[in-house]
Amino acid sequence: MSELYIYVTHKDGAPDDSASELIAAARKINPDASVTAIVAGSGDGADTVCQTVAASGATVFKIANEALAYPNAEIVRNMLVNILPSDAIILIPHDTFGMDLGPGLSIKLDAAFVSDVIDFEGLEGTDLKIIRQEFSGQVYTHVLCDISAGAVLNIRPGAFKADENQIAEGQIIDKSGDAGDLTARRRFLEVVEAEAGEVDITAEDVLISVGRGIEDEDNMEIIFDLAKEMGGEVSCSRPIVDAKWLEKARQVGTSGQTVKPKVYLALGISGSFQHLGGLKGAPFVVAVNKNANAPIFQAADVGVVADILDFIPELTEKISELN
Amino acid sequence: MEILVCVKRVPDPAENEIELNSAGNDIEQDDLVYSVNEWDNYAVEEAIQIVDKVGGSVTVVSVGDEDAEEVVRREMAMGADKGLLLSDDAFENSDGKGIASILKAAVAKGSYDLIFTGALADDGAAQIGGMLAAMLDWPYASLVNVIKADDSKTIKVGREIEGGNQEMNEIDLPCVLSIQTGINEPRYVGIRGIRKVASVEIPQLGAAELGIDPDTVGAKGAKVKRVDYFIPELGEGAEILEGSTDEIVEELVERLKAKGGIK
Repeated sequence: MSELYIYVTHKDGAPDDSASELIAAARKINPDASVTAIVAGSGDGADTVCQTVAASGATVFKIANEALAYPNAEIVRNMLVNILPSDAIILIPHDTFGMDLGPGLSIKLDAAFVSDVIDFEGLEGTDLKIIRQEFSGQVYTHVLCDISAGAVLNIRPGAFKADENQIAEGQIIDKSGDAGDLTARRRFLEVVEAEAGEVDITAEDVLISVGRGIEDEDNMEIIFDLAKEMGGEVSCSRPIVDAKWLEKARQVGTSGQTVKPKVYLALGISGSFQHLGGLKGAPFVVAVNKNANAPIFQAADVGVVADILDFIPELTEKISELN
Repeated sequence: MEILVCVKRVPDPAENEIELNSAGNDIEQDDLVYSVNEWDNYAVEEAIQIVDKVGGSVTVVSVGDEDAEEVVRREMAMGADKGLLLSDDAFENSDGKGIASILKAAVAKGSYDLIFTGALADDGAAQIGGMLAAMLDWPYASLVNVIKADDSKTIKVGREIEGGNQEMNEIDLPCVLSIQTGINEPRYVGIRGIRKVASVEIPQLGAAELGIDPDTVGAKGAKVKRVDYFIPELGEGAEILEGSTDEIVEELVERLKAKGGIK
């Protein structure tokens, strides 16, 4: 079987959580395989990351270069094409960097590509059997991926649990000299930080969160009425911000805020992994959705299968009576 | 600026609950309502706004069967100048790489400065733009939520990254961008707009016209194949409250009080 590689993203000298998850995912493909972690970057931070990852049992390829100080997918791709053997299987986190890198890398390596992988179910000949989701998590699929000429596999963050078993420390091999031409036609300029909003939903204990099920901006009133009666704050999922019905600072999810309330009401929210990725600290989750198959019901403690437009005013009225 | 926007016809998430068929191996196809992939509307709107500002034209392309023509026509009703349908029996069941290579062949028949795709579609793969860019050897940026274009050879693009932050880049033309929702407010398309383009001819190109070897696309050329759809045994999930609305409301209020959800 092909050699297994993982790409380690890191920040401020610490590997991302995805690094240990990718090692676990690689071992699910082949428990006996040695896993090589690729750490690209520059300066002391990258060195620290190499040591941390090596300590977790992976062989580390270190690629140090000033051009890799910020992870520009085009530069990283050029480097990987020079570093990886032709039939390599490389695992990449399916985050905003991995989405930028994976598809194009697969073309340049002439390898198969599968994104947003959530599990593996072994080999059938030269085909790796993969589980992923479609339709925002409403249904699952089995995918067969021919890995005989290598593969680029983007792995969903959080889908694989890091393996706690300590293995002998891995070696760090400096491959900086093999990186090749690291110029790009897309040049990183700066990161513009998100603007602070009029409310700070990350500090709230009770969040009343609204999604696509609200249907119309005029209906938003019922959410604010409920939040007022409960003494909580209104947050939302991505479509509400896209529609400009609420400000970005109220969005929960990987592309919005990470919140840790005690109680979270998910109203008309389907529950994509990007949304749930912003919900931490194991709150008590209540989901109200008219689609009984919505993935949110897997993440919730208590569910109500109902149209929020009918149900929420009834709930608000009841709480109002108590108040 | 000549802009090509790649669009896909998908089951409309606002109109359908996706369910398994009775055999439990595919999604229930009956009564599915289709529309344009949501992300693609933002891509077409962005292309139209750029052309309105700096000149040029917008072409909308889709890989699909005859039914895909309706979504190309809808995007033309938004204001795209030209439509193009890439259709052939040999294209059926292509994987992402197959779709990207079909689009690449169409790109070679035109002259474009910018190509847009939606950041993702119904299958959640988010792969076509990046693959197409690599095949063309053009630079690429994914999850684009702002574009600053003038008439120079480079443009500035913002990418949506984690935590609501934005990564600003300068990128050389020609390039491929995958467009994130929220970048703009796609215009409404009324019946009148649809009627206006109802009789516009949309050229249709197959494998032969595009110079594509049929064995390299479709199911034959695919390294990645979806075997089935399924819904796993997911464990218990939420405790679903049952009863009349009054009973459910009463029970829910009790639970919320117990957990400190009502102050």
